[in-house]
Order: sequence, then structure tokens, then C-alpha cells
Amino acid sequence: MMQRKYLLAAIGLLVLVLVPFLTDITGQSSMLSLATRALIYGIAAASLNLVLGYGGMVSFGHAAFFGIGGYAVGILYQNFNEQTLFLGLVPGTDQMLLTLPAAMIVAAMLAAVIGALALRTGGVQFIMITMAFAQMLFFLFVSLKVYGGEDGLIIRRTNDLPFLNMRDKATLYWVVLAVTVLFFLGLRQVINSSFGAVLAGIRQNERRMEALGIPVFRYKLYAFVLSGMGAGLAGALMANAMRFTSPDMMHWMKSGELMVMVILGGVGTLFGPFLGAAALLVLESTLSSWTEHWQLGLGAILLIVVLGSRGGLVGLAGRIWSRK
Amino acid sequence: MILVIEQILNGLQFGVMLFLLAAGLTLIFGIMGVINLAHGSLYMIGAYAGTWVAMETGSFWIGIPAALVAAALTGFAIETLVIRRLYTRDHLDQVLATFGLILIFNQSVTLIFGRQPLFTSLPGFFEGSVEIIPGLPYPTYRLLIIAVGLLVALGLYFLINRTRIGMLVRAGATNRDMVRALGVDIRLLYTIVFGLGALLAGLAGFMAAPILAVQVGMGEQILLVTFVVVVIGGVGSIRGAFVAGILLGVSDTLLRAFLPGLLRQVMTGPEADALGVGIASTGIYLLMVIVLLFRPKGLFPVGS
Amino acid sequence: MKRLLTAISLLALTSLPALADPVKIGMITTLSGPPGYLGEQIRDGFQLAVEKEGGKLGGVDVEVVVEDDGLKPGNGLQIADKFMNEEGIKLITGIVFSNVAGAAVPEIVDNGAIYISPNAGPSNLAGASCNKNYFVVSWQNDALHEATGVAAKKLGYKTAVALAPNYQAGKDSIAGFKREFGGEVTEIYTALDQTDFASEMAQIRAAAPDVVFQFHPGGLGIAFLKQYQQAGLLGQIPMVLSEPSLDSVILGAVGDAAIGIKGTTHWAADFDNEASKELVSAWKAKYPDRPLTTYGQQGYDTARLIASAFAKTGGVDDMDALQAALKEANFDSTRGNFAFGNNQHPVQDWFLTEVVAGADGKPEIKTVEKLREAAGDIYAAECKM
Repeated sequence: MMQRKYLLAAIGLLVLVLVPFLTDITGQSSMLSLATRALIYGIAAASLNLVLGYGGMVSFGHAAFFGIGGYAVGILYQNFNEQTLFLGLVPGTDQMLLTLPAAMIVAAMLAAVIGALALRTGGVQFIMITMAFAQMLFFLFVSLKVYGGEDGLIIRRTNDLPFLNMRDKATLYWVVLAVTVLFFLGLRQVINSSFGAVLAGIRQNERRMEALGIPVFRYKLYAFVLSGMGAGLAGALMANAMRFTSPDMMHWMKSGELMVMVILGGVGTLFGPFLGAAALLVLESTLSSWTEHWQLGLGAILLIVVLGSRGGLVGLAGRIWSRK
Repeated sequence: MILVIEQILNGLQFGVMLFLLAAGLTLIFGIMGVINLAHGSLYMIGAYAGTWVAMETGSFWIGIPAALVAAALTGFAIETLVIRRLYTRDHLDQVLATFGLILIFNQSVTLIFGRQPLFTSLPGFFEGSVEIIPGLPYPTYRLLIIAVGLLVALGLYFLINRTRIGMLVRAGATNRDMVRALGVDIRLLYTIVFGLGALLAGLAGFMAAPILAVQVGMGEQILLVTFVVVVIGGVGSIRGAFVAGILLGVSDTLLRAFLPGLLRQVMTGPEADALGVGIASTGIYLLMVIVLLFRPKGLFPVGS
Repeated sequence: MKRLLTAISLLALTSLPALADPVKIGMITTLSGPPGYLGEQIRDGFQLAVEKEGGKLGGVDVEVVVEDDGLKPGNGLQIADKFMNEEGIKLITGIVFSNVAGAAVPEIVDNGAIYISPNAGPSNLAGASCNKNYFVVSWQNDALHEATGVAAKKLGYKTAVALAPNYQAGKDSIAGFKREFGGEVTEIYTALDQTDFASEMAQIRAAAPDVVFQFHPGGLGIAFLKQYQQAGLLGQIPMVLSEPSLDSVILGAVGDAAIGIKGTTHWAADFDNEASKELVSAWKAKYPDRPLTTYGQQGYDTARLIASAFAKTGGVDDMDALQAALKEANFDSTRGNFAFGNNQHPVQDWFLTEVVAGADGKPEIKTVEKLREAAGDIYAAECKM
């Protein structure tokens, strides 16, 4: 059984690596950029899933971290381009090896602040308070003229990596895929670690964990910060893939979209968020190329999935698997 | 001084509007434990159905029952066809399902009524304004909204505190399992609560129609604020929804009206404007954060 | 539904010998959500020009491929990618909103395709980042509000209250208005998601200015105008509006609440030129129930511009020739005078309009006089082309 799982994973990875060739052969080259975006949204959704699925903290404000990651790349690029200093201190850069960590650090700091305040509440109140912080950030960026306001920030060139031609779409895809795989392995490590076990324990029974002498608040905050970092990383990659960043990335609808991806794929599963992100993007893109009333179809499909299955797509796949 | 009174009235009117929406949402949320994102769609359906009937018949008043019936029927349909199947499931499944419903309702309205916003007009008697105190003319229609909102609040107060259904609703908000254990037909109760919530949302939509734009997506615009009201008030509490609605309506209006001016007196130049506008536009979110940090369960917490 | 194979249909198939495939034109536009009517108008205006020529533009068979961006920059980019790389489309148009344009336009021009904007003309693409493959047929965003400032000044007003949502386009609108108005302006910023303007109405009454300028596009504008009337301010304090705050759809939704309001525009349905009259009568015949807005006119003019270039180049085989032909702007614009500035944004006239009660009792937009002649935009100077 275990071996079959690894075999399946290896085949899956191989297919993912071959995507640029497949899209080339079939002539559907725009599927390549769709796949790139799907991977990136997968990272964002999986990050959200760490707190939402494994930690039981329903964050409705993850777009804030996603967006701040994008803006980190955009602002650094702007400073690099104009040869100015950010806040008079930090020089800009267009090197991906610098921008991605920068985006993650900024997102982590933001998550630490928001988490420290929001985690004082729980349940519905937590949902709303995270949303409120994200909205405040959204309104801030919408009114910042230096960074284009709601028109957004155009990043003329994708960040550079040594020895690679990042203008090539296939190269960009492979880079994103590599980051995704690393992220996935790291995430799996976290979830299977003792930290992950404590987190799951907190989700199931917070009081019991407290009685056991575990500093629940601190554990939750760590998870929240890690999750924010992941979303920030995704935002930074997205800014690179789209060569554009805008407050749209921080809007509450984007938080909702990330949440929909997680639920559609399967809450609290490793692969679910990636599946959910891919499914939602592919559905949106194919339906909207068929009809201008694509939202009707998308709404119906979401409804059918949620009514017809437990545990999202992963749950559905699991049932089909076991029926065999 | 007159300006302050006028702004307080404005805040009151905005507040009762929020209350009409939040009342239904807080009941559905508190009693049934359902996160109903499609509540805004019910508001939109009320506005569209009522406005369309009012336009066809030429009478604003015939529009009211049309709006109520359309919203309530849609509410019943949502409850029996979708929500009922999800009671035992995770909250998050309800989020996904009702998100799907939003897409379906928005696109259906586009298909039926087209993409242009509908034209609305005020009922004849309420077109002008009256001078409530010397030097302060106030639009009659807004006074009507305040009156309707207060009446509904009063009606709900009696319903919740004086009737059998109200007793069950209160009990359900406090302890859902206990009510079920007592052998009450919880299904029927849920359907009634959901229908009532839908009805109130439809009423709010129709009342708002002559003031706002009747267009696709109007529900999502107000949905977020409504959730803020529910959470500040305390989930499941009608009284909380009323107080929070008024509080939010008045403070939002006053902040926007006076904060930039006040800041300009203590600070100078564009910084004052920027700060004032910034605080005012995120005012409701700030307010919620502050309330929740001090009272994590809202102003009027229900149950334990 | 989407692949609106424009009426090449039987006529073209039977009367002509077999020709090459029709030239595909990609249209990325916003059809869902509250602003869906903007994209609908642009699309239908464009299609009207194509249908009038029997499925051709400038004698070249065309197929218009339309796709909804849902007002998401990412989707806009995705569609652009698909159009160019899968469908081999070299000419793209249709985007309604500046943020979608910001994501999609650089990708399009970098790929050597040409983008012609029928609506958004954001400043971040008009100045130093101008590009030879990027054309704007509508207007540069700032020009909309400068015209309104000119109008308020010309009408003799000295003090104004200016209101706009607290976001970049809102601030730009007030800045543009102030640039040309020159009088004393009190600024009030509203929230982006605000629907109730009672507080602002009270502030306007207290300030008692000569004139009110407000920029609230779409549904916000409808709510603002209704509440302005209900507050009893209509008729007391005059209002001047820029083009996006006063289109025929908004007018249809607010009715009498708009009568007497002054507006500025680059085109109105009562323009006295052949091209405009043709458009108005064709629209009325095709869509008797829907008013024609400036967005529809912009879509139509975009198609007419493409037709003028196709008449010369015969299609998209020689992109340099197409670019040069487009730049000439050698077509009869429905707005009269039209030329491209060095940044390939319009140099055009701006007009003062007024909302009056029409013959059928419904309010309509009447052109009063010309405000500016051959006006470009302030970003053109930064463009090195």
C-alpha cells in the first residue's frame, strides 16, 4: 500500500515536470501559465489549510499575507528600477533569491502582529477579526499613490535567478514547481512533526492541551505565522508570474477564494488544497471560455460537490478508490 | 448643532437598515449554526422582486408583499434543498455551498433582468422632506425607514420574548442539543427561522432600493458589514444586533462627518485629511477589532 | 455562446470565392458583477460596427472572440495569454478596468501583439511606459475630470465641494478637476464600499458651495444622485459630473433625479455628424430596450479605427504596417475630431452637456457647447515616442 502511494506520487511529479512539453504538443500553451498559477494558489491554499484544517483556526484574512508578499516583490522592483531606497533604508532588488525570502519575512511579521491580536478570540469572532485586518490593509494599499493605488503596480520584468532565463515561461513554471515541491515537503514535515501533533491536539480539545501544560496560544501563533509566511511566498511568486500586483490580491473575496479552494479540495488533507486550487482555476477558465454566464455553472458545480461528497475532492477520490 | 442632530438621524437610519439584515443573519447563525453567505442574495432578491412589481403595477406598496414573498420563498427553498442537508456537516461546507449559491443567484438575476440597474422611485407621499426642527429639513422616506426598522425591532422583541416560537428560538440559541432532546420538531423551527431571516433581508432590500442602486452584486456589498454587526452584537442575539446596528450606523456616520474636520484642527495639511479619511473608511473594522479584543464574544453574548 | 461568430454567415460564404480564414480579434472584457453592463456595451458597440459591414472590418472578414475577465487581473492575463498563444490572435481589445489592463497590457505588447483600449486609460501606461503597440481610443483617465474642471470654471463657479471614493482613481479625479477649476475646493472622501451618503449630503448643505463635483462610477453614482435629490439638494446646489458618473444607464436608473445636472463628455448621442447618427440609429434598431452609453460608442469607434487600418493593410500579416495605419487614425470618429497624441492616446474635443426632459418625458443628455478643443493629456510629455 505504502509503496503504491510513493509510486503514485512519483508519477504525479513526473507529469507535473512534463507539463510544459505536454502543453507544447497539444498547442494549449496558455495551459502552462494556468498551471503556474494553479501551483501558486496551491501553495497559498495549503498554507491556509495549515491553520484552517490542521489547527482549526478559520482565517478569513489570508489574502493580506498573499497580497503583502506580492507587494514586497513589486516595491523592491520599483526601488530597484528607480534606484531609490525603500523608506530611505532598503535598496531595491530584482533577484528572486532575495525577494522571496523578503516577502516571507514581511508576511511573517504581519502574521505575528495580526495573529497575536486575533488569537485572543476564537470561532466566528476569529473569522471576522482576521477579515477586518485584511480589509484595513486592502484600504491602505488602495489609497497609496506611490504604489499605484487600486490600479496596481506593474513589474516590467520577472525577477532574475542566476543562470536561468526567467522570461521563458517554461523556466518560470519549473522554478515555481521546484518551490512548490520544496514547500510541500516542508509542510509535510511540519504536519508530521510533534509540532503538528500538538496542533492537531489543540484543534480537537484545546482545554485538554492546556491542562497538559502546553502553551496553546504560543503554538497557535507559531502555526499562524508559518501559515502567513507560506501565503506570502505564494503572493511573491504570483507577482512574478503575473508581473503585476494590485490590492485585488488583498480583497476579502480573495480570502474567500482561498478558503473555497481548501474546502473544495478537502480540509485538513495534504493534497486537497492543491487539488482544490487547480480545480477552481481550470473550472473558471474553461467555463468562462464556453459561456459568459459561467458563474452559473461554477456555482452549480460547487453546490453539487459539497452536497454530493464529504471532505471535498480528496474525500470523493478516496471513496472512488475504496469502492474499487 | 443642527448638523450633529441631522448626522445622528442619518446614523440611526443606516443603523436600523443594518439591523434588518443582521437580525435574520444572527438568528440563522446563532440558532442553526449556519454561516449563510447567501444572505446578501436574499436582500438582492427582495430588492429586485419588489422593485419590478412596483414598476409594473405603478404602486410602491404592492412591491412590499412581492419583495417579502419572493425573499421568503427563496429562503425556504435554500433551507429545504441545500442547508438542511448540511446541518450535521462542518461549518466550512456551508460556506462553500452558500458561496456557490451567491454565484447562481447573481447570474440568474443577470439572465432575467439584464445587466442594467433597475429604475426605482419613491412612493408619492414620501418624496419630499419635512422640517422636524426649525432649519432642519429631513427626507420623509428616511424617517419611514427608521419607523419601519423600529417597528420590526419591537415586533421581534415580542416574538422572541412572548411567544412559544420565541421561547424555542431563545432556547435554541442557548443550547441547540437540549432543544432537540426535548423532542421539539427542530426541522420546522429551523425552516421558520430561516424563512423569517430571509423575509427580513427581503424587506431591507426593498426598503433600500429607492435609496441605493438595484443591481447585481448589491448583496455582497452589504454582507460584510452585516456580519460585522452580528459579531459585535453577539452571535444569536437580536438585542445585540439592534444595539450593534445602531452603534455602527451612528459611529460610522459621525466618524465620516466630523473626524477629518476635528483632525484638521489639531494637525495641519494633507496628513490630517489622509489620516481622517483612513480611519473613517476603516472605522467599522477598527470598531469591531476593539470590541472583540475587550469582549471576545461580542456585546451581548448568548449562551456559553 | 461566447464564440460569437459574427455575422460572416451565409452571405459571405455564398457570394465570395473561398478566402482565407477570418482575422480573429480578441476581446477581454468584464461581463459579470455590478459593472457587467460596461463590458456588455463595449462588446455590443464593437459588434455593431462589424455587423454593419456584414461580418467585416475594412473589407476583411473578422471573427470576434469574447471572454469575461470577471474583473480579475489574473483572469485578464490568462485570457490574453490564451488568445495570443493558442488562438494566434494578434489584435486585442475590450478591457474595461485599469487594474485588469495593468496586468494584461504589458504581456500583450511584449508578445508583439497590438492592444487597443476601448475604455481604461490609466496613467501608469500613458507616460514613460507608453508603447508603440498600445493605443487608447477612449480617453486618458485624467482628461475626463479636467474637462469637468474647465466646465465648472466656465460656468462661473467660484467654490466647489468635490467628492470621490478614497482610492487612487478617486483622488486622481479630484486632482484633475482642481487642476482646471482654479476656484476654492473642499474635498470630501467617501469609503470605497459606501452606499449611504446621507452624511455627505449634510456636509454639502452646511458648506453651501457654488457647485458640487462628484465622481462615483456605476452603482455608487446611482445611489449618490438619488440621495442628492431626496435630500432636497437637487435644484439648490448645481452639480457638474465627469463622463463615468453620468452615462445613459445611470440616467435610466435615477430618472428625474438627474434633470438639470451638467456633465462633460467626449461624445453624446445627439452629436450632429454622419458617423454618430449612423451609430445611434443602428443601436436603436438592434437594442430598442437598452440605452446607448459612451462605452458602447467607444466600442464602436474602436472597431471603426480597426476597420480603417485593415482597409490599408488587409489584415494582421504585417504588424508594423498595421501599427502605422492605426496611428494615422484615419477614420470618421463618431465624436468628430480625433487624432492620436505622441503617446497614442486621444487628442480630442470635450463638451458640456446637460440633462433635460426629453420629448417622451424621460431625461436625456443634451450637448450644450464645446469646452476644450484638441485636448491631449498631461502624461504625453513623459512619453518618449
